[in-house]
Amino acid sequence: MAKHHVTATVNGDEVEFLCETHETLLDALRDQLGLTGTKEGCSTGDCGACSVTVDGRLVCSCLMLAVEAQGKSIGTIEGVAHGEELHPLQRKFLEHAALQCGICTPGILVAAKALLEKQPNPTETEVRYWLAGNLCRCTGYDKIIRAVMDAASEMRGA
Amino acid sequence: MRYEAPSSLDQAVALLAQESGEARVLAGGTDLLVQMRTDLVDPVLLVDIKGIAETRQIKEEAGGFRIGAAVTGAELKEHAKLRSTWPGLVEAANLIGSTQVQGRATMGGNLCNGSPAADSVPALIAAGAKASIVGPKGRRDLPVEDVMLAPRKLALTKGEIIASFLLPAKPKGAGDAYLRFIPRTEMDIAVVGCGVCLTIDSGGKCTAARVSLGAVAARPLLVEPAATALIGTKIDDAALKKLDAAAQAACKPIDDKRGTKEYRIKVAGVLARRATLIALERARKG
Repeated sequence: MAKHHVTATVNGDEVEFLCETHETLLDALRDQLGLTGTKEGCSTGDCGACSVTVDGRLVCSCLMLAVEAQGKSIGTIEGVAHGEELHPLQRKFLEHAALQCGICTPGILVAAKALLEKQPNPTETEVRYWLAGNLCRCTGYDKIIRAVMDAASEMRGA
Repeated sequence: MRYEAPSSLDQAVALLAQESGEARVLAGGTDLLVQMRTDLVDPVLLVDIKGIAETRQIKEEAGGFRIGAAVTGAELKEHAKLRSTWPGLVEAANLIGSTQVQGRATMGGNLCNGSPAADSVPALIAAGAKASIVGPKGRRDLPVEDVMLAPRKLALTKGEIIASFLLPAKPKGAGDAYLRFIPRTEMDIAVVGCGVCLTIDSGGKCTAARVSLGAVAARPLLVEPAATALIGTKIDDAALKKLDAAAQAACKPIDDKRGTKEYRIKVAGVLARRATLIALERARKG
């Protein structure tokens, strides 16, 4: 049968692509739109590596069909920095060495950015619970949590 | 595999009723997409119900609430009045999965996925919620405890969809709570879940109660003897002891990697007592 024709907004730009019903938003982002910053980890919604925002809501792009993106506004890791200027979260991840292999990092940055937009002054416990769906097998998490807390503090102008 | 996103319940029902192959309703997709990915299901038709207004709204109705079957966990949490009225229910729905899963997961899907361990279901049962079901023969309202029959088996007939849940008006002096036990603090499936809703009068005597257990039988249970143990008492130690015993007696669990039969039975009694004390605290304030 004919493919679905989807138009959506990704990081503020209007995009269109064709997809089959079974393709996920993650597939479309990576394979149709070439936005390979969003990573495929488990493909079952457990690891959070594929985290994106859809109309401002944090979701796993592996748990959403591409065809469901029709008319939606998608935010990915590619939209986090402003050109050459890194987002405070990205700078703090570098400063705190909050990444090693890096596969989980785009998802964690997208998730952490979504938290700070909702709650600019989170407690460490809130950060840990918010990021519980983002698995990292390298860092042991403490550096990630410190980087997010530090970025939040800087963004509040503290 | 076809994908349809109808804007009315009538269209959705017609699509499901007319499909001769396997058809699935798509709400949040957090279970369905995983099952499709792992070849547990292989539908020829997906009917996305999120374009249908009733499935996506939280409305006050008849003194209570009508909650769309495709309202997400994150949206439930953000609804201040729902959260203050039915904190146990909202907390139960919010226990499902991660922040990301909460952005998509729905109570309609949690129930229709047909797992005995679904977190929102015992809370819905305790609250006395009804599923508002629309199908080829019209609409019917079914108590939530009667919707799931066995693992992956529902009382819905071909073409029927749960459009919304009806929560009754909450009586004065009522409080609800849901607790689940998992071996870690986040991101796991219930070993046991327990929802309690109870009402007390001005003298502190329990006048009504509903107790529901999840993950201890082939489907979530409404445990009437556990409620009977509370009603007419001041929820003292003796009543809690009877409640504990009644909850344990209702369990018919399986052994699996999350817990043995004996362990689940014991934990069911403990959770029933603890959830009752939280519900009582809320009832005193409400």
